[in-house]
Amino acid sequence: MAGWTKHTGTAVLLARDNIDTDQLIPARFMSVPRSEGYGEYLLYDVRRDATGQPERDFPLNRVKGVSVLVAGQNFGSGSSREAAVYALVDAGIRAVIAPGFGDIFAGNAVNNGLLPAQVTPDDWQALRNALSDAPRDLSIDLATLCIQGGDNTIPFQLSENWRTKLIHGWDDIDLTLHHADDIARHRRALHERQPWVFPAPDA
Amino acid sequence: MSAPQTLLDRLWSSHEILQRDDGTSLLWVDRHLVHEGSHHAFAKLAARKAHVAEPSLTFAVVDHYAPTRRGRDVAPDIAGMMKTLEDNARAHDLTLYDLDHPAQGIVHVVGPEQGLTLPGLLINCGDSHTSTHGAFGALAFGIGATEVAHVLSTQTVWQRKPDAMRITVDGTLGPGVSAKDIALNWIARLGTSGAQGHAIEYAGSAVRGLSMEGRMTLCNLSIEGGARFGMVAPDAVTLDYIKGRPFAPKGPDWDRAVQLWDGLTSDTAAGFHKDVYFDAAEIAPTVTWGTSPEQAAPVTANLPNDLTQTTTEALEYMGLSPGAPIAGTPVDQVFIGSCTNGRIEDLRAAAAVLSGRRARVPGIVSPGSALVKMQAEQEGLDQIFSNAGLEWVASGCSMCVGMNGDLVAAGKRCASSTNRNFRGRQGRGARTHLMSPAMVAAAAVTGAISDVRPLLEGRAV
Repeated sequence: MAGWTKHTGTAVLLARDNIDTDQLIPARFMSVPRSEGYGEYLLYDVRRDATGQPERDFPLNRVKGVSVLVAGQNFGSGSSREAAVYALVDAGIRAVIAPGFGDIFAGNAVNNGLLPAQVTPDDWQALRNALSDAPRDLSIDLATLCIQGGDNTIPFQLSENWRTKLIHGWDDIDLTLHHADDIARHRRALHERQPWVFPAPDA
Repeated sequence: MSAPQTLLDRLWSSHEILQRDDGTSLLWVDRHLVHEGSHHAFAKLAARKAHVAEPSLTFAVVDHYAPTRRGRDVAPDIAGMMKTLEDNARAHDLTLYDLDHPAQGIVHVVGPEQGLTLPGLLINCGDSHTSTHGAFGALAFGIGATEVAHVLSTQTVWQRKPDAMRITVDGTLGPGVSAKDIALNWIARLGTSGAQGHAIEYAGSAVRGLSMEGRMTLCNLSIEGGARFGMVAPDAVTLDYIKGRPFAPKGPDWDRAVQLWDGLTSDTAAGFHKDVYFDAAEIAPTVTWGTSPEQAAPVTANLPNDLTQTTTEALEYMGLSPGAPIAGTPVDQVFIGSCTNGRIEDLRAAAAVLSGRRARVPGIVSPGSALVKMQAEQEGLDQIFSNAGLEWVASGCSMCVGMNGDLVAAGKRCASSTNRNFRGRQGRGARTHLMSPAMVAAAAVTGAISDVRPLLEGRAV
């Protein structure tokens, strides 16, 4: 995963609360291997009518090349399906700006280089007003934790560990393997103290 | 003297291998449960040419795509998902609960049934309802595919410690009121992000009064209120449930384990970041009316009149009118099952309502595991469901998530004992009302959302 510090891209407004993981990617598409790409499944049933035709008014269908979403409260609530993040990333989305995120979704996002930028309700309202008529470019800076659009600069919240991870694009498995000795020590002590943690089922 | 500790503090510190400067902890994982949806993680492992670090602590369960009508032809993509898990389990030497295994079922039902779920353990699974296992005083939380691959490779997980929250429910639940109602009630009151960033400990006499099945239902739904973790301190009820299960400690190990588990509580003086209180007597049978679990109300209430954009959109999707009574809303079908409410006690509660009655709408009953199915059949519950006109099928996630093809058609309304009423969750355009199994049974018998309490009068429950 490539790290990043600054991104400027077209932002659209999805002014709806509770855009959950089932909306982000309906369950029926989740058996597809990642290598085939998940972008076309993003918000599949929300963006299309019952016959599968794109709804012309839906913001993501109107505008090409969107890389920033400004969405309502509790974005990504629901299941742990990382496919919700794959759908966003494969559709070219680099950041989602919202007043709040589902905990598991936000962690999954950071693991895939997607920024979950949390803003205050007031700042969100300002962004909503700025985007209500038309999409516009927003610049996001992980170094200063600020979003810039025109003359406005809005701060966003992101925990320090997630910020570092997004900037460096670290692979956690590589990082963890450096601690192999600590892990082995923990395991030995646990085995000694609580042998039942390493079970042998009934014969 | 050391500072007072919460149950969360105790569980966290006993699993913390190290903490980074940025506050993230590396935690040891005692049990890792995988299912068909874990295919992304196994693909990541294959790409790294890595192996599973602890095959004997990793358990594979076929559930999300499990066909509930066994023996019929299965669509190739669904069969492929099950086969991929089976192939991965074999390649990495994991214990596999496949469709032929006598203990197959939904991963969050199988873990506790097999004694894999124990107090004091850290349990991960690539599923948000992993909080279910917290009912035993375990640190259990759902993870995404990248984290699943990490646990497979290292048997550890990086995690920031959440804040501690306590939900106390004191008093006695009324007849026909269950753990599901406690959960929907608090989520309606605090909202779906009410517990975000927190680990919930459920406490109080009403929680102590719940069976393990009820505690699992309560912990299961933590994520619907935003919490990745839900937990109940272990007690005699917990020990009774665990003792003698296949993977439970035996002999001297049992005695040592019980001694350790006795200490898994929050100190009286421990502080909680959030502390909320509910009176059990004030909780009525509760149903959702919208497209988020927080859009729930007592069955005796009316639909909201104070319309926001969110409630307007939800009512429109659900085909409901503002201000109308919730009770009396006709349903097209019912579903009883899922990791939330597919255990034996749930089936007994539904059967108590359905016994000697006919359902006015079609529906299916899917036990949470093959063992639950067997027990229900020994108790004759399957006959009650069949005589009522409901279909008694095999175990799996089924119509809760629809991955196996058990779907609700567009525009149809389903009274469901599941966990999510999201748009399209049970199928594109499907309208889901979440409620307890007893309430689903009441909807089946009357053909509409109904208060179960009058239907229980004069019946042993």
